[in-house]
Amino acid sequence: MMGMTITEKILAAHAGRDSVHPGELINARIDTVMCHDVTTPPAISMLEANGMDEVFDPKRIVVIPDHFVPNKDIQSAELARRLREWVRRHGLKNYYEVGRNGVCHAVLPEDGWVLPGSTIVCGDSHTCTHGALGAFSTGVGSTDLAAAIYSGELWFKVPESIRFVLNGSLQKGVYSKDVILDIIRRIGVDGALYKAMEFTGPVIDELSVEARFTITNMAIEAGGKSGIINPDEKTLAYVHEHSNREFISFMSDSEAEYAETFEIDCSYLEPCVAFPHLPSNVRKAGESGDVKVDQVYIGSCTNGRIEDLRIAAGILRGRKILDTIRCIVVPASTKIWRQAMAEGLFDIFTDANCVVSSPTCGACLGGWMGVLAAGEKCVSTTNRNFVGRMGSPESEVYLASPATAAATALTGYITDPRTVM
Amino acid sequence: MTGTAHVYKRDHINTDEIIPARYLNTDDERELALHAMENLDREFVKNVKPGDIIVAGQDFGCGSSREHAVWALRGSGVACVVAESFARIFYRNAVNNGFPVVECTGISGMIADGDELDIDLVQGMLNDLSWGKTYTFIPLPPFALSIMEAGGLLKAIKNKKR
Repeated sequence: MMGMTITEKILAAHAGRDSVHPGELINARIDTVMCHDVTTPPAISMLEANGMDEVFDPKRIVVIPDHFVPNKDIQSAELARRLREWVRRHGLKNYYEVGRNGVCHAVLPEDGWVLPGSTIVCGDSHTCTHGALGAFSTGVGSTDLAAAIYSGELWFKVPESIRFVLNGSLQKGVYSKDVILDIIRRIGVDGALYKAMEFTGPVIDELSVEARFTITNMAIEAGGKSGIINPDEKTLAYVHEHSNREFISFMSDSEAEYAETFEIDCSYLEPCVAFPHLPSNVRKAGESGDVKVDQVYIGSCTNGRIEDLRIAAGILRGRKILDTIRCIVVPASTKIWRQAMAEGLFDIFTDANCVVSSPTCGACLGGWMGVLAAGEKCVSTTNRNFVGRMGSPESEVYLASPATAAATALTGYITDPRTVM
Repeated sequence: MTGTAHVYKRDHINTDEIIPARYLNTDDERELALHAMENLDREFVKNVKPGDIIVAGQDFGCGSSREHAVWALRGSGVACVVAESFARIFYRNAVNNGFPVVECTGISGMIADGDELDIDLVQGMLNDLSWGKTYTFIPLPPFALSIMEAGGLLKAIKNKKR
């Protein structure tokens, strides 16, 4: 029998099948349904309107308000209130109120909800993040979210997989953000449309789990249905550190079939930046020094974890950002926030004249905490730079690693971090 | 269905353009409709009439999973989106809402802004009445059509559970 990819195996197991192949329509059980403040209230309303106000299993629903919290205006407060009422009505225990919450894709693995071999959906396109721990994790809209909340199942077309073998090793100053930006540059923002992106190779083996999250987080920016990394010792160590739940994990067979395989030598990679207005518009940071920047944003589900903050702090330690620049640091969860504080990173950031925010999605999607005016340019560790993403349709967003972002904050121009490290 | 075409030849028309995040603090379709396509074409909401059809390039609806993109378009009067290809989550959201989406290779170069189009979803035919030309496309699979016929995904699964 033909081998299967890890994605096919997970879907088969959750559809009650011995095997599945790409193109098949299946109904899959969902292990974890995550809900945030923007896409869940419409799902709740839909369920109510259809006389379907039930939840399939309160223990499998995780509710993490993050986009517009602490609430940025009355309407956002209304959304948060509707969410809270629903949580109360159904006795949902897995609710992360402000002050204990964070960006949902940072909190979910950190609090042990992501297990290898599991299926996860959320009403958010960056749900693909959790594939870094060997789960099938994908973003859906509010109607699919409502269906998952109600029935604990969703229909899927089994995706083909594209394999990315990342060879060589990363130079100093080059990080997993640069790796994924380079991949998106190569294949385009719809290069992986409808497909599962499977990342493997010595570069992946060398990366920490946090660094791997950055890669799978941006699978959607290449149009991918999901991103996934076969579990290894680092995966298992991370999972055991954060969870005591049981799981059955899967690995791709050596004879598994892939729609395409890319072999990429990452030894030659340099720090890069995605220019406006597509994540694929990637150029070298070292060749972009003529771009004068108004704001630097360090945070998000892509790069707001403790390792990211340490890297940025390492560059900003003992220095001050340029006096004409704003630098906003947004630790992605309450745990990360506390840890950064305990490690003295907030002293480094505030001494450098940065802002330190409470955990939130914030300006990543132009919500708040650093929205841009017309004509302004921001270098950001976030994941998307479409027109108007961070504010005015006449503003510009340049995507980069935390190191590149911190270096840029020092000089006011896009800066290769190796020049200041 | 018949309607007037609004042609945007560009690829990767994304959800930040279709409905910017600053409007996502509402799920009221009438409010969202006021801002449809705002970051791409500020005049769209003034020009669009009920029954109109958007024609676009590849990867329409890429970016966020926000279903608000479908609601904003539907609320503004758009009856169907015809594109060379669709981003996955947007496509699912459209099907789940019973909102017609037609994938037709090469179409954005063939239709002129303002053309009258007639679309047969089941037969997979798009007639450009202004030029007397017909294009074929692969119709939605029966599975997707049955979701649309049921009136959306939730109604379909509710019926199934019974």
